[in-house]
Amino acid sequence: MASIVCVFLHSFSVPLKDKKLLEVKLGELPSWILMRDFTPKGIAGAFQRGYYRYYNKYINVKKGSIAGLSMVLAAYMLFNYCRSYKELKHERLRKYH
Amino acid sequence: MNENLFTPFTIPMMLDIPITTLIIMFPTMLFPTPNQLINNRMITIQQWLTKLTSKQLMNTHNPKGQTWSLMFISLFLFITSTNLLGMLPHSFTPTAQLSMNLGMAIPLWAGTVVMGFRNKTKISLAHLLPLGTPTFLIPMLVMIETISLFIQPLALAVRLTANITAGHLLLHLIGSATLALVNISLFTALITFTILTLLTILEFAVALIQAYVFTLLVSLYLQDNT
Repeated sequence: MASIVCVFLHSFSVPLKDKKLLEVKLGELPSWILMRDFTPKGIAGAFQRGYYRYYNKYINVKKGSIAGLSMVLAAYMLFNYCRSYKELKHERLRKYH
Repeated sequence: MNENLFTPFTIPMMLDIPITTLIIMFPTMLFPTPNQLINNRMITIQQWLTKLTSKQLMNTHNPKGQTWSLMFISLFLFITSTNLLGMLPHSFTPTAQLSMNLGMAIPLWAGTVVMGFRNKTKISLAHLLPLGTPTFLIPMLVMIETISLFIQPLALAVRLTANITAGHLLLHLIGSATLALVNISLFTALITFTILTLLTILEFAVALIQAYVFTLLVSLYLQDNT
């Protein structure tokens, strides 16, 4: 009985490389980051996973709404604002820029 | 005011790296691939619109010209999506750059002309002379028609660039005029705001129309030469 419990406990511990971000303890965070796949294929895989995560949650559903598309457009707008902040800084209504 | 009027049209940089390619590739994310018979709402709406436009665009061509349908539909979708995304605040419109529009117009026009000359040389050359001209006018008219032929790609590109750029500039100027007038005279500011609203509606229409016109003209050149 005790040996069965020991086997179960051992099968519940996942190696560090395969843990998801929210399951990683804070002390293990640097080594977890360094173990990630930073090859071009890995980065492309990460973008693909992220895209399909958003797509399957908000758009590829039976009754998708306008919110799925408008969140993307709002994020695009925010990205462009951050990109052009340097020039927009000068258009503020201040006495001294 | 002088410098920042044209800064929306500069090459977008992020950490001093030009990211124009990334911004041009962004609209592809908004057109997912349909992989079932009945898809989600976004794909269904896009499929319906694509079917509508392709029927409208390609029903005047013979089967040889209809082989260009994929090219025309992708062109139309690209121009529409980039123009409409450019209506969002602070965004960069690739089609406002002359270089980009020339890159789209010249190969497509040249493709139709070369195809016409290769397959139907006599008819393509005959297009250079309208019917029923007096004999002594023929040399001059051939030259004029040749010039008008060579101006077609330039006109295509410049038309799109000028429309989009002028629209964005007008919006920018009238918007800042409204803001400046709020402190001076509220009534004038309200009038200017109404003008701004109307212009915005016009700009949305222009975004769509320009895409349509571009594609339509290229298809027209194709029809002449198929």
